[in-house]
Amino acid sequence: MMTKPKGLPSPHPLIVRLTHWVNAFAMVLMIGSGWRIYNASPLFDFMFPRSITIGGWLGGALQWHFAAMWLLVANGLVYLIYGLWSGHLNRAMLPVSPKSFWDDSVAALNFKLAHSLGTYNAVQKVLYLGVLALGVLVVLSGLAVWKPVQFHLLASVFGGYEGARLVHFFCMAGIVAFIFVHLALVLLVPSTLLPMITGRSPASHAKPHTEAPQ
Amino acid sequence: MKRRDEKLAVNLRDIAPEIKNIERRLFLRQGLSLGALTMLTGCDLGSGFSVQKVLDNMSKWNDGVQAAIFSPTTLAPTYPESAITKPFPFNAFYAESKAPVVNRSTYSLKLSGKIADRKPWTVADLRALPQESQITRHICVEGWSAIGKWSGVPFHIFLDRVGADKDAKYVGFKCADNYYSSIDMPTARHPQTILALDFADDELPVKYGYPMKLRVPTKLGFKNPKHIVEIFVTNDYPGGYWEDEGYNWYSGS
Repeated sequence: MMTKPKGLPSPHPLIVRLTHWVNAFAMVLMIGSGWRIYNASPLFDFMFPRSITIGGWLGGALQWHFAAMWLLVANGLVYLIYGLWSGHLNRAMLPVSPKSFWDDSVAALNFKLAHSLGTYNAVQKVLYLGVLALGVLVVLSGLAVWKPVQFHLLASVFGGYEGARLVHFFCMAGIVAFIFVHLALVLLVPSTLLPMITGRSPASHAKPHTEAPQ
Repeated sequence: MKRRDEKLAVNLRDIAPEIKNIERRLFLRQGLSLGALTMLTGCDLGSGFSVQKVLDNMSKWNDGVQAAIFSPTTLAPTYPESAITKPFPFNAFYAESKAPVVNRSTYSLKLSGKIADRKPWTVADLRALPQESQITRHICVEGWSAIGKWSGVPFHIFLDRVGADKDAKYVGFKCADNYYSSIDMPTARHPQTILALDFADDELPVKYGYPMKLRVPTKLGFKNPKHIVEIFVTNDYPGGYWEDEGYNWYSGS
């Protein structure tokens, strides 16, 4: 276990903070350009408003998408390798059981779930693990859409090219839904924002690391 | 003194627009050189940093990555007749009614560049070569896809027959509708790359590229030029109709 100054948990190591913001930047580029690409041949009976897309036209959007993908993947690999190697992921996300998730979900819906910096409650753990899984899946399905011939075995896992397109879309939808919840919670508990930038907890929010969430 | 000041003030006002222009030019030049500093590589003097330049360079980088990923022996998935998309969509930079009508009796396929035997080819000449069929998925850069059946001459057989330089980088295509495109030599020699003369067992209709189109199931649809009237082999990057607008050149599948 890492030793931390008592009462001042440092929940976000530097690499986690850096990769978080690089990921936020890359995600905005990928989602914004992806929406413009979607509009060129919509899967469903709607289009994304042009003003919230990136790239101007299909060719521009594709250039953004296939440039930002390198940033997204490289950054994601740094995060995952660090998280697995340092034990950060293990410590932050596990253990999580169906029962704890149920209990914390009920508590959250009754507005009785405390947000404790440095320790994630079961709802947070499930959401974060879920969005990490979506991140991996959106990259894999994206690879299948990009190279359905060279990576045809990967594409066949998603049901071929058209299947991979659908999976890619729904992963995006899941990530966007996560971002909405994530940002809403930051607005509800604004003291969580600064630690993700500086790595330090505001004094008013500092709690002993051992204290269990209520 | 006072008079001179007044005179000067008047003159300044007169030339104010010019000064503003000079200022703007200086500002621009400073901005550009600052940009050039941050660019570090690949900047010719004066053009400096631009986001578009970074994107263009990334697109070229992706050309290289895709060439490295490309396997000359990996085949595009093939499908049963029952999977063929009906009707197969028409797609071009013009409406279907504007598709060029090529006259079979006067048609001749021109060859140029690094090709030993540049004698022109007729449709009958092409039909006399070995033919192959494929039912593959055509994937458009826009995202949609459709399965079709094409038959024609495997392109590697044609390239060997005319003595094309196998070590050349590019094979380019010019079309009757003024469309043009180009592909890399390894893709040109891929076993599924064919000079298609038939669509769904019938002579290629006008809307799908009569009398001959390139069928490349390992590349996006816009890399499958229709109504081809000239094929050339070169080491000089030939670009393409959409490629020159910003679509990725390699665009492999």
